[in-house]
Amino acid sequence: MTAIALNEAEQRRSLAGPDLSGLVLGATALFLLALIGLPVGWLLAYAFSDKAGAVTLANFQALLDDPTLREPLVTTFSLASLVAFFAALAAAPMAWAVARTDLPGRRAVRAMMTASFVTPPFLGAIAWEILAAPNSGILNKLWRDLSGADEALVNIYSFGGLVFVMACYTAPYVFVVLTNALDRIPADLEDAAGILGAGRWKIVRSVTLPLALPALLAGALVAFLQAMILFGSPAILALPAGFHTVTTKVYALFQFPPKPQVAAAAALPLLLVTVALLWIQGRIIGRRGFAVVGGKAGEPRLLVLGAWRWPVLGLVLLVLALPLFLPYAALLKAAVSRIPSGPFDAANLTLTNISFVFLEFSQTQRAFANTFILAFTTATAGTGLALIVAYMAARRAAPGAKALEFLATAPIAIPGIVLGVGLFLAYTRGPVVLYGTLWILFLGFLTIELPAAFQQLRASFRSVHPELEEASRILGADRLVTLRRITAPLLKSGVIAGWCLIFIGVVRELSAAVMLATSNTKVLSVVIYDLNESGNLGAIAVLGVAMLLVTFAVVGLANWVAGVGAGIGIRKT
Amino acid sequence: MQKLLGLAGAMAFIATTALAQSPVYKITPELEAAAKKEGKLTIYTSVDVKVAEAIAKAFESKYEGIKVTVERNGAERQFSKIGQEYSSQIFNVDTVNSSDAAHFIYWKREGWLAPALPQEVAERYPKGSFDEQGFYAPWRASLSVIAYNNKMVTDAEAPKSFKELLDAKWKGKLVKAHPGYSGTILTATFQISRDIGWDYLEKLAAQQIMQVQSSTDPPRKVVAGERPVMVDGNEYNVFLEQAKGAPISIVYPTEGTPLVIGPSGIMKNAKNPNAARLYHAWSFSKEAQQMSVNVGGLRSFHPDVVEPAGRTPLGKIKLMKDDPVAVDKQVEQIKQQYLKYFKT
Repeated sequence: MTAIALNEAEQRRSLAGPDLSGLVLGATALFLLALIGLPVGWLLAYAFSDKAGAVTLANFQALLDDPTLREPLVTTFSLASLVAFFAALAAAPMAWAVARTDLPGRRAVRAMMTASFVTPPFLGAIAWEILAAPNSGILNKLWRDLSGADEALVNIYSFGGLVFVMACYTAPYVFVVLTNALDRIPADLEDAAGILGAGRWKIVRSVTLPLALPALLAGALVAFLQAMILFGSPAILALPAGFHTVTTKVYALFQFPPKPQVAAAAALPLLLVTVALLWIQGRIIGRRGFAVVGGKAGEPRLLVLGAWRWPVLGLVLLVLALPLFLPYAALLKAAVSRIPSGPFDAANLTLTNISFVFLEFSQTQRAFANTFILAFTTATAGTGLALIVAYMAARRAAPGAKALEFLATAPIAIPGIVLGVGLFLAYTRGPVVLYGTLWILFLGFLTIELPAAFQQLRASFRSVHPELEEASRILGADRLVTLRRITAPLLKSGVIAGWCLIFIGVVRELSAAVMLATSNTKVLSVVIYDLNESGNLGAIAVLGVAMLLVTFAVVGLANWVAGVGAGIGIRKT
Repeated sequence: MQKLLGLAGAMAFIATTALAQSPVYKITPELEAAAKKEGKLTIYTSVDVKVAEAIAKAFESKYEGIKVTVERNGAERQFSKIGQEYSSQIFNVDTVNSSDAAHFIYWKREGWLAPALPQEVAERYPKGSFDEQGFYAPWRASLSVIAYNNKMVTDAEAPKSFKELLDAKWKGKLVKAHPGYSGTILTATFQISRDIGWDYLEKLAAQQIMQVQSSTDPPRKVVAGERPVMVDGNEYNVFLEQAKGAPISIVYPTEGTPLVIGPSGIMKNAKNPNAARLYHAWSFSKEAQQMSVNVGGLRSFHPDVVEPAGRTPLGKIKLMKDDPVAVDKQVEQIKQQYLKYFKT
């Protein structure tokens, strides 16, 4: 290196102050390491120790020997497999119709699938209780009236019922992954096949389908993972049906007399399976999924449905009714009903649910405050953190960026209930006791939501060409100044989308919250869960609807502030 | 001089211990002022949330300036929660009410409760119903009853005893709450297993029952028509449903009905000790007890409380005997046995 070059470098520094990127990188890495390391470390320590603290494998032996611990494991994996299968089965034709055909109202259908993603799964499960409880459920009563049958049409309190409800709320994940992939399949390839003489269906079969298959598999894997780690829906539907999943069992093991060691051991399989499946998913996507990303591909060729467009639309709407129209209608009805599933008449109409929630119930105000304080702070801090890591990762700003990227993605492998257990074990003792404060929830939510925001922002970074940043650097700004003044404004829509993702994620989070909240730090999801335990469905409906309204309003406002065109997950078709 | 000071100190010590030894107290203007200075109160309770909030609101309007927060959970979950909070030195709870009287034996043993016996309880409540040292007193009582939807089941068809519930005709028609969650059901499960036997519960588990958590929930499920008969659940919630005109009738089974006493106590580490003492004393007054009976459907140990017309007086019901000392000893075993038969 010549003296002149050194001089220039020094000059640059003196213009813009010292380059802090190394420091920031180090601090971020340390923070992430502690964020993930502490709870997982405590989890492992507990799983391998007995009550006295001595090292043992007895907890794992109990998992194999004790049928009340073994059965939930078997149940969970068969449940997750079935959910993944049905979610893919429902989402695949929907995604194809929306992305590759001239279906009327394609954009609206996409937006509505996104709305069903906003719906917390536990709220969906409660709504389906109102709809499909075997005897009092609205749909079953209707079915009996119409058919004269004695038997129920659907029994939501059953293994099958749980599979159905969970598939309803995991299908959007498959849908999003699949539509993104289908959007990216360029017309050139299909055109080429057409020029070579292939017919329309031959093209679908030999070009579109093979290209979309990895995405479908990846989406199904996501659905599997979601179903495996979900706590809310099983907590609401599995107990009346008389079985446990791993998540509800882990939660039960924390009830008196608490068995944190066994709980930690029972939670570990979820962690291991998640890591394994994410690795497989990485292989699938890594091999084929991104092969068609970028390039100068033409617009995807839309299949003209012709006379089929209305029947297809009808089918799509029917599928949308399951996670969206029916449950929302049921919640709205329950909010103003004395008996949630009772007849829709004057005798059953009441405003007491609403007045109870907003005038009498002493937890409403605090729960709203806690929830939205946490959602705002986590979304803001999380987006900032994700922005830094995504920048480092996308620009390879410093050695070790790869490790940082790994750390920011790793929490995806930690199921909420597992993280909840880990955080509980980590922060109920010294040196830092955070249990009982909002901080422990903040850390939990930040950890859970970071990967999604990070992936969103990394994708955004990839779409901004580095030459703009290079220009800023050449003019003397250091990395952080460049990030703030050049890159961030260009990434506005990505940043807003990331922020909204975290915000929504926090509001609908239950599994970690239920482990970590105390009476002063209760959030809405936990309040709703508590109300469900005593069957106060009317109050739940009011709280749930209010919660969704505030969420939609905030997300709408964020997008409005960001200007037109920054939607979450809603791309132009 | 030094000797004199020492003597005065010793006398003051004796005086305070003497005061501490008598837990009896009543509401005084000083207590009221001190409570209002604290200005807030957190109640942990397992009673139905609407009943708890209604009574809290009555307290708030009587003693203006004290904001009450009600934290309602099933007794067994509440018990876990308090255990978790206390082992992390979190003292959120000021006063606690639980439908599992055994919890108070545990908390007293752990030294978590403060002695505080309202004068009215000491003088008027039946001897033996409250802790002589004043750590807890019976704020409420209720029964865990069988009940049925009288639009779906005629009075003649309705089961008269626990054993009748094992009849094949009730298969798939029963709803039941959970002892891992509800203190009422834990207490009832203990009494039933003691008086009728675990084999009854084992056979009941084969009846495809619908399992819910809180003992407040089965009456709601019966009223909604989700299941025509509830195997257990709160008598007071049935009263409340009946008052709204819902089609639900109570059966006091021939084997006897489980009696569930729900004591209250003040935590030693309460952040609002004066507000807690004020509320505690008021909650045992005739006024508050009558309200819990009228509005909450509960049973009261206060001798002046009048039972509303139409409810069967406790004296006319064959009751199973409560035994919190035994429950305290057997709790883990009861839960495990239940898990074995009912799978959750």
